[in-house]
Amino acid sequence: MKLKRVVKVEAERDPAFALWISQTVGGERIRHCLQCGLCSGSCPLSLYMDYTPRRLMHLSREGFKEEVLSSYTIWLCTSCYACMVECPKKINITQLMYALKTRAMQEHFYPKRFAIPVLAREFSRMIRGSGRITESRLVMRVFVKTAIWRLLGFSKLGLRLFRTGRMRLAREKVEKRSDIVTLLNVVDTTRKELAR
Amino acid sequence: MKYAYYPGCSLKGTGRAYEESLLAVFRALGVELEELEDWNCCGATTYISYGELQSYALAARNLSLAKQMGRDLMAPCAACYLVLNKTQHYVREYPWIGQIVDHALDAIHLPKDIGVKVRHPLDILLNDVGLEALKAKVVHPLTGLKVATYYGCQMVRPYASFDNQRNPTSMDRVLEACGATIVYYPVKTHCCGGSQKGTLPEIGLNLIRRLLTEAQRNGAEAIATVCPLCQFNLEAFQDEASTTSKFHIPVLYFTQLLALALGVRLNEAGFQRSFINIKPLLAEKEIAYA
Repeated sequence: MKLKRVVKVEAERDPAFALWISQTVGGERIRHCLQCGLCSGSCPLSLYMDYTPRRLMHLSREGFKEEVLSSYTIWLCTSCYACMVECPKKINITQLMYALKTRAMQEHFYPKRFAIPVLAREFSRMIRGSGRITESRLVMRVFVKTAIWRLLGFSKLGLRLFRTGRMRLAREKVEKRSDIVTLLNVVDTTRKELAR
Repeated sequence: MKYAYYPGCSLKGTGRAYEESLLAVFRALGVELEELEDWNCCGATTYISYGELQSYALAARNLSLAKQMGRDLMAPCAACYLVLNKTQHYVREYPWIGQIVDHALDAIHLPKDIGVKVRHPLDILLNDVGLEALKAKVVHPLTGLKVATYYGCQMVRPYASFDNQRNPTSMDRVLEACGATIVYYPVKTHCCGGSQKGTLPEIGLNLIRRLLTEAQRNGAEAIATVCPLCQFNLEAFQDEASTTSKFHIPVLYFTQLLALALGVRLNEAGFQRSFINIKPLLAEKEIAYA
C-alpha cells in the first residue's frame, strides 16, 4: 500500500497566484469567502468535480496554483451562475472560473485533446475569421481535433438536423470582417499599453 | 412599437424555429422588428475564457450598432441576452475595461455609447405589448395543453431584470394567456449542461435526463424553452436519455406555442423542424391549428 499525503502545506503555496486571483476581475471579494458551501450546493456539476467550487475558492485564494489550474472543476463550469446568485458574499465565482480557464490555457495546464479548451480555441478562431459562428462547422472542427471517431455517433443526429434544415454548412459571416480583426487587435494593444 | 432585433448565431442554425416563430408572433402582434445590420457573434460563454476583454468588445460592437439605430435591442437567445447585459455591467463597473472597449470601438469608427436597452422578448410581451392585448389576438387557445416552462440559466441569472431569479414566471404568464396549463416544474432554472453533451457526453446526458424526467413526472405534454441550446439538448437526446421510461415529449420554443395560439401556420412557426411531430398531440387535445 502506498500512502499519499492529501493535505496541502504552507510551503506549497504560490503567493503570487493568490495575489493574482484577488486582483483579477471578479476576484476582488474572494478573501470575504466564508466557506459556507452555498456555491457547491447550488452547482449542478459539483458532484462531478475533483474540487467543489467551495474548495476551489479556498485553494485559489491561498495560492495552490497547481491544484487549481489542473483541476477539472474549472472546465466543468457551464456558467449557469447559480453560485453567484446564491453567494452571500457576492463573490463572482463564474467570472473567476473564466479567469482560471484562461490562465490554464495560457500555461497549458489541461490534458491534450481535452474537448472543452479545444472548443474555446476553435470558437475564438472562427469569430476572428468570420465574425459569426456556423454551428455545424464548429462542431466538426472540435471533433476533428479531439475525438474524430465520435463524429460517427453523430451521423444519425446530423442527418436529422440536415433534413429539418437546422444544419447549414454555408459559412455565416459578417460583412466587415476586417472590423472584427481590428476590434480584437486593438483590445490587445490597448491592454498592453495600460499595463505599462 | 419597433425594436432592433439581434438574432445571434444559433437562431440562424439549429435554432431556426425560434427565429421563424418569433418573427411570426411579433408580426401577428403588430410589433416591428428590424434586424441589426451586420451584427457579429456575442461571444457567448465560450470566447470569454479565451479572451475576456476581447469578448466585451465583441458584444460592445453589437450594442453600439443598436444604439445608433435608436431603439431597444431585442435579444431572444438566452446566452446573447446575458452577454450583452453583462458587457454593459462590466464596462460600467470597471472603468479601465470601458476604456479598452472605447478604444476598440473607436478604431472601427463606431460610437462609444453602448447604453442601449437590451430586452428579452418575454419582457417585451409582458411589459410593452401586455397580456390583455395578447389575449385579444388568440384565435386557437391552447386549452388543456400541459406545458413545463423551462427557463434554464442565463435569461434570469445573474442579471434578472424583469423576472425572479429563483422562480421566474414570465413564460408561465404569457403561455397561460394563450390558454395553456403550466405544470409544476421544480427544475425550471436548472442547467441543461450547455455544450457539455458534446464535450463530456455522460455528464451532459445526466443533466438532460433529469430535466426530461421531471417534466414527465409532472405530467407535461410539451416543454417550452427560451434558449436554443436548451431546446437542442432536450429534444435531440431523448432516445439516448431514455432508460426504463422512454421520453417522447415535444420541446418547443415558447414563441412556437404563441404562434400556434395566434393562428400562425405550423410551417411558418418552425414546427416542421421538430424531431417530434406535434400534430398527434394537438389532435388529442383538440387544439385547432392553422
